[in-house]
Amino acid sequence: MSELTAMTLAEARDAIKAKKISSRELTGAFIKAIEAARPLNAFITEAGEQALAMADASDKRIAAGKTGALEGLPLAIKDLFCTKGTRTTAASKILGNFVPPYESTVTQNLWDAGAVMLGKTNLDEFAMGSSNETSAFGPVFNPWRARNSNANLVPGGSSGGSSAAVAADLCLAATGTDTGGSIRQPAAVTGRVGLKPTYGRCSRFGIVAFASSLDQAGPMTKTVRDAAIMLGTMASVDAKDSTSVDLAVPDYEKLLEGGIKGLRVGIPKEYRIDGAPAEIDALWSKGADWLKAQGAEIVEVSLPHTKYALPTYYIVAPAEASSNLARYDGVKFGYRAKGARDITDLYEKSRGEGFGAEVQRRILIGTYVLSAGYYDAYYSRAQKLRSLIKRDFEQAFEKCDVLLTPTTPGPAFGVGAKTADPVEMYLQDVFTVTVNLAGLPGISVPAGLTENGLPLGLQLIGKAFDEATLLRAALAVETAADFKHSPAKWWSV
Amino acid sequence: MNAPVKNKLLKGETGEWEIVIGMEVHAQVLSNSKLFSGASTQFGAEPNSQVSFIDAGFPGMLPVINEKCVEQAVRTGLGLKAKINLRSLFDRKNYFYPDLPQGYQISQYKDPIVGEGEVFIDLKDGESIKVGIERLHLEQDAGKSLHDQHPDSSFVDLNRSGIALMEIVTKPHMRTSEEAAAFLKKLRAIVRYLGTCDGNMDEGSMRADVNVSVCRVGGYDKFRADGSFKHLGTRCEIKNVNSMRFIAQAVEFEARRQIEVIEGGGTIRQETRLYDSKLGETRSMRSKEEAHDYRYFPDPDLLPLELDAAWVESIKKTLPELPDEKKARFMGQGLSAYDASVLVAERELADFYEELAKGVDAKAAANWLNNEILGRLNRDGLSITDVPVSAAANNAIIQMISDKTISGKIAKDLLDIVWTEGGDPRQVVEARGLKQVTDTGAIDAAIEAVIAANPDKVEEVKAKPKLAAWFVGQVMKQTGGKANPAVVNAALKTRLNLPDEG
Repeated sequence: MSELTAMTLAEARDAIKAKKISSRELTGAFIKAIEAARPLNAFITEAGEQALAMADASDKRIAAGKTGALEGLPLAIKDLFCTKGTRTTAASKILGNFVPPYESTVTQNLWDAGAVMLGKTNLDEFAMGSSNETSAFGPVFNPWRARNSNANLVPGGSSGGSSAAVAADLCLAATGTDTGGSIRQPAAVTGRVGLKPTYGRCSRFGIVAFASSLDQAGPMTKTVRDAAIMLGTMASVDAKDSTSVDLAVPDYEKLLEGGIKGLRVGIPKEYRIDGAPAEIDALWSKGADWLKAQGAEIVEVSLPHTKYALPTYYIVAPAEASSNLARYDGVKFGYRAKGARDITDLYEKSRGEGFGAEVQRRILIGTYVLSAGYYDAYYSRAQKLRSLIKRDFEQAFEKCDVLLTPTTPGPAFGVGAKTADPVEMYLQDVFTVTVNLAGLPGISVPAGLTENGLPLGLQLIGKAFDEATLLRAALAVETAADFKHSPAKWWSV
Repeated sequence: MNAPVKNKLLKGETGEWEIVIGMEVHAQVLSNSKLFSGASTQFGAEPNSQVSFIDAGFPGMLPVINEKCVEQAVRTGLGLKAKINLRSLFDRKNYFYPDLPQGYQISQYKDPIVGEGEVFIDLKDGESIKVGIERLHLEQDAGKSLHDQHPDSSFVDLNRSGIALMEIVTKPHMRTSEEAAAFLKKLRAIVRYLGTCDGNMDEGSMRADVNVSVCRVGGYDKFRADGSFKHLGTRCEIKNVNSMRFIAQAVEFEARRQIEVIEGGGTIRQETRLYDSKLGETRSMRSKEEAHDYRYFPDPDLLPLELDAAWVESIKKTLPELPDEKKARFMGQGLSAYDASVLVAERELADFYEELAKGVDAKAAANWLNNEILGRLNRDGLSITDVPVSAAANNAIIQMISDKTISGKIAKDLLDIVWTEGGDPRQVVEARGLKQVTDTGAIDAAIEAVIAANPDKVEEVKAKPKLAAWFVGQVMKQTGGKANPAVVNAALKTRLNLPDEG
């Protein structure tokens, strides 16, 4: 059965279309794989029974000749998307056993296209983290291990459950959300593709909010083609999300064709940071060469405010989070502490017990930067910097069509290796946060292995709503890199 | 016109003081659904029956602006002769309270939808005062905490949560409790004319917070001259004063309290105070130091609200005639300023009057309305919308008075008849023979009868011509009230040989 789970989304789609396999067969294979991979802790909620029911319904539609773009294809859903009737936790204790009475728009789009939900994947609590270690449901282990090592590595974060599930063949593809790199960084350190679309491309309705002006849903897949297929279904304008954008969703898969001849690829010099591993720099240069070899023109560009991106992000995101997470107060739904004396005590106890340390840290930072007397020094200045960072990109895109950078400053690291120092952890986002601050699309493509056999990714950044060009460039990197590696399935022996 | 006026001063132990008042009025927008959700705004529904997941602050829910509410805010702004800001922003006002499910209220902080405007208020002594409007912004209402349902738990009703409010902030341009009450009354009339708020204070559709400060005589004029608040005293905000009567009482109490504190050597702390209508006093709620830090910031879930100038213009074209314009028009028809301002206070009353006055003398119609109709409504505890005799029917009565078909006295009886029994006034007059008698023969006969029966009075009247009125009364009685009094007067004068009174 392993060949079934090893298929790409496109392959499985074609196999189902050709009636070589049924959705039930495929879904059954993934359910088995998920059960076998429990040591990875990639799923918070497995939904096997429901998945089989959805698969059967899909098979009926296939028999009746009524098929959607993702008909019968089993997917994993980050547990930040509200799913009607299925517990949604945001990997936090504070949501308790919250079962949403509604469906997020992105997942609804997937089900409407015929997809099957295998379960809800683990993540950093409220998507706050870069290693999936802040989850109230325990860390996720990266399917990859360094050569000759049994040490557990992190799968990146916050979409660590999704990245692990895709890399370990526990689903055909998964959804992620990306606020500062939460799709691209985990995709990079698990050797798979992760696409963060332009802000507004996918609806945020029904996604548990972290930082509203930065959050964006996107696909995590095995290939660039799969990312194009997934985005085509996930993206939509939504009357329920005022920040979603009313632009037609093109056929991204079709637009993959055509090559990159004449494409101008910008190399932002500020992304060359001191102390970055030589392997990263080498891979980056290699990526530029690959694109050049396929007819692209390489240009050096400058994004002068890059050094302010991380501090800006760590003001804006916690500020919005502190407000977005105020609704978890023990009053209406989710976790409520016992033995509270009065309402203030109820708030303090419920939130103190319900939120983990990293979430509390960010709520405190966010509350602080918005406080009277500090607002101008922090939040207001961060907004100004955000505008400058955005302008940097606009100016760079006058000279090029896409940007090429590393995705992460290094490969997957050991569980517990960076938990002691939050700033060390925040540095994981150094190449990815700028994209969120500017609202642009970005994609990570697996590009090579470190000396220790761990995957590294290259990031491409596109112009707003030009995912089509971005995906075409990503396909060129993917083709040249010819990354065929998969982790050894150590968990199933 | 803003010179210190004696009757606007309060006398303290150490001299006279001026009161300065500003107001913040929360007016509930008339709309079928809430500001950012599709839930109903109907008043009086079962608790928590009109709550969407957005109103309850569920995870992943996003606000979507209700265009109707925006239109209503713009309409109100236009009615307040205010600047409409074509670009405004929604901010989050963050604080924890059980009736605030999101943990923040979506409001407008730095960039409200409506800027400066003005409202004119008329005082009893005929003075007219312009009260500046600082701004109007849109915001969500909170839910309601219920503390009296259970011995040791509180309940929350979220029906109100998310309903659109307009917060209307005045400049500190009022100086007596009468002016404050008059302002609220006028504002209420304007929004009711506009149809943007029902102004129902009992249901909480309009709630006022009143800012009161006191200063030495002259301070207010200096403030108006250079705009500097340093000339005014420290203000206290009195929360939730929910009736016109309470506003006057609260202002009065608070001003005297502040004067006492200052004269006793103390200083006024800027604070929020609560008006206790039972005890008729204000009590400290929280000081400025204890005030919430609301951590306002632009709501990232909502785009800036951008309005099309042409759209605003199209709303302007649909504005009804507002109280001030109506009043001017009524005065142009010959009504006094007082009569006109009474009539325009309620749109329904003004509408009634306009129909009532069709084709008859304006003053006569206004008097009939004020003296006869409002008197009866008041007696029966009814409002103008419940009036049992239509404006058209009343118009017919006034016409019958003016063409002398009936006398004024009969007209009142006639109104009483149709008020209780219904019917068309003209038919009632016909059917019951209430027509005024101008037939001199009939009147002469009645006069002869009265004279024959009262020879002593005939003698008396020669010395005391004032007694003529008694004769008029007797003749009217003889004719069942139907005689034309003017004709009776003239005939008596001739018959009794009375001198002209001039």
